[in-house]
Amino acid sequence: MAYAFLSAGLVCFGLFSWYPLVRSITLSLQQDNLVTDPQWVGLDNYRTLFDDPLLGIAIRNTLEFTGLALVFGYAIPIAMAILLNELRHFNTFFRLAVYLPVMLPPIVSAMLWQFFYDPGQGLFNTLLHGAHLPTSQWVQSPRTAMLSLVLVSTWANMGGSTLMYLAALQSVPPELYESSEMDGASLWRRIWHITLPQLRFIMLVMLLLQITATMQVFIEPFQLTGFTNPDTITVMTLIYRYAFAVNQDFGLAAALSVLLFVVLSAFAALYLRITREQTV
Amino acid sequence: MATRTLLSDIALKRPRTRAVYFAVLAATTLAVAAVFLYPLYWMATAGLKTPAEFAAQSVTVLPHDPSASAYGDAWNHMRIPHFFLNTVYYAFGGWLVQLGVDVCAAYALSKLRPVLGKAIFAGMLATLMLPVAALLVPAYLTVTDLPVLHLNLLNSPWGLWLPAAANGFNIYVLKRFFDNIPHEILEAAAVDGASRLKTLTRIVLPLSRPVLAVISIFSIIGMWKDFLWPMLVMQDPDKQTLSVALQRLSASSQVPPTEMIAGMTIAALPMIVIFVIFQRHILGGLSAGAVKG
Repeated sequence: MAYAFLSAGLVCFGLFSWYPLVRSITLSLQQDNLVTDPQWVGLDNYRTLFDDPLLGIAIRNTLEFTGLALVFGYAIPIAMAILLNELRHFNTFFRLAVYLPVMLPPIVSAMLWQFFYDPGQGLFNTLLHGAHLPTSQWVQSPRTAMLSLVLVSTWANMGGSTLMYLAALQSVPPELYESSEMDGASLWRRIWHITLPQLRFIMLVMLLLQITATMQVFIEPFQLTGFTNPDTITVMTLIYRYAFAVNQDFGLAAALSVLLFVVLSAFAALYLRITREQTV
Repeated sequence: MATRTLLSDIALKRPRTRAVYFAVLAATTLAVAAVFLYPLYWMATAGLKTPAEFAAQSVTVLPHDPSASAYGDAWNHMRIPHFFLNTVYYAFGGWLVQLGVDVCAAYALSKLRPVLGKAIFAGMLATLMLPVAALLVPAYLTVTDLPVLHLNLLNSPWGLWLPAAANGFNIYVLKRFFDNIPHEILEAAAVDGASRLKTLTRIVLPLSRPVLAVISIFSIIGMWKDFLWPMLVMQDPDKQTLSVALQRLSASSQVPPTEMIAGMTIAALPMIVIFVIFQRHILGGLSAGAVKG
């Protein structure tokens, strides 16, 4: 009887989560272009993958994106939440405004920033020019392209993490602040010795979630720099390129997916361990 | 102020601290408005500018000569109503399918206690940890040729709806909520001769309104915002979502920028309306979402 209720769920999870997981491994050992029947080719796809100079570039770019996203996307929401938590006015306004970009369809955010980044007449260069500051080529220069992508992604996503930090800040025990104040601890010392240690758990969780998410970044490079540009090609855009855009080689794309999966699983395992320790 | 923060209310009464506080407050308000609201305001008003004013790219607060013609042109030239309705159809269909599938599954796992229930629940939760990226290619191949059935779901809304129903987050939140409904209520219903299905629809669901609301809102937002999967599954340009169609049209660059931005505003508007109406649910649901990957 229970299985009558479960059946639809089992079919959905089975077909679209569990089976594809197994399939990604078998597919990576096959030659498959959707036209001819798939053939077993052993580790050929992995050899082709490691011989492709784009792989090294994509990994380096992805790590650069993840690293830059840690500098900006990770630190800013923490600082923002600590600041907003101190403000006694306009609380609803701040929360709504910070979260608003999260509601936009991600492709709309990327397209919007594409207009802002336009080196000729974009909003940013217009503003910089008006302030007599040097303008930038933004996504069109190899030096600033990755940083520009990180800025879009941070703007579009930081609302969620900011609000989670804000929620966590509500549960910091007030006695800690009171006693530190009596000890005459300065504001910075209070942040450093009380606020941040109290946020330690959620900071760790968000760190792992952010690394996992940024290593799969797709929409920003796809829309703003394309999947042909070696300056910004990422692992995800390379998977897309292998499977759907250039090569039509699903086996090769699956091999890269498996590689990404193995790396991300390490972070997922760490995440599970940490959250389990906390709840038990 | 209920909770005490870094600064105490007493410290804030000191004139110097007060002055600093209000300076910081003003600076933060301006910065938040400039960084988070101005881009959206720019987007909404760029569609009201004439192409000439847009090309001049002065940072204007108000368009000189506002006209809705770019919105009208976008609406007609880009067939926005068509893609808009597509997206509405996919979002609401996906919502119904997700709700139907996941409520039944969570109810079974929580109240009917099947053999292997624990393992199945763990398997569903584990999908939260699976990177979407790793499954993209095999999931696509699965959709083109379903195992056993050999159906092709490309260009079919089911290709969006069924994968969306495999949502570990929904199962987790629903099951946790159902677990807290006392068994005695359900047993009393069973004694009165209610079937399992009747117990679900007459007793469990009415009690679960708050959690159903959160799941409904997040599933509709998720379907509306999704890009990569709909782009792969709905290849027929006629069947595309608004996001995918806008991206395709922008890549062909036949569309004047004011029209394109007007189209983007129209694509963003339903989400902003939902946000304004359901802000409490959405911001409150985030704490539940903290467990989600």
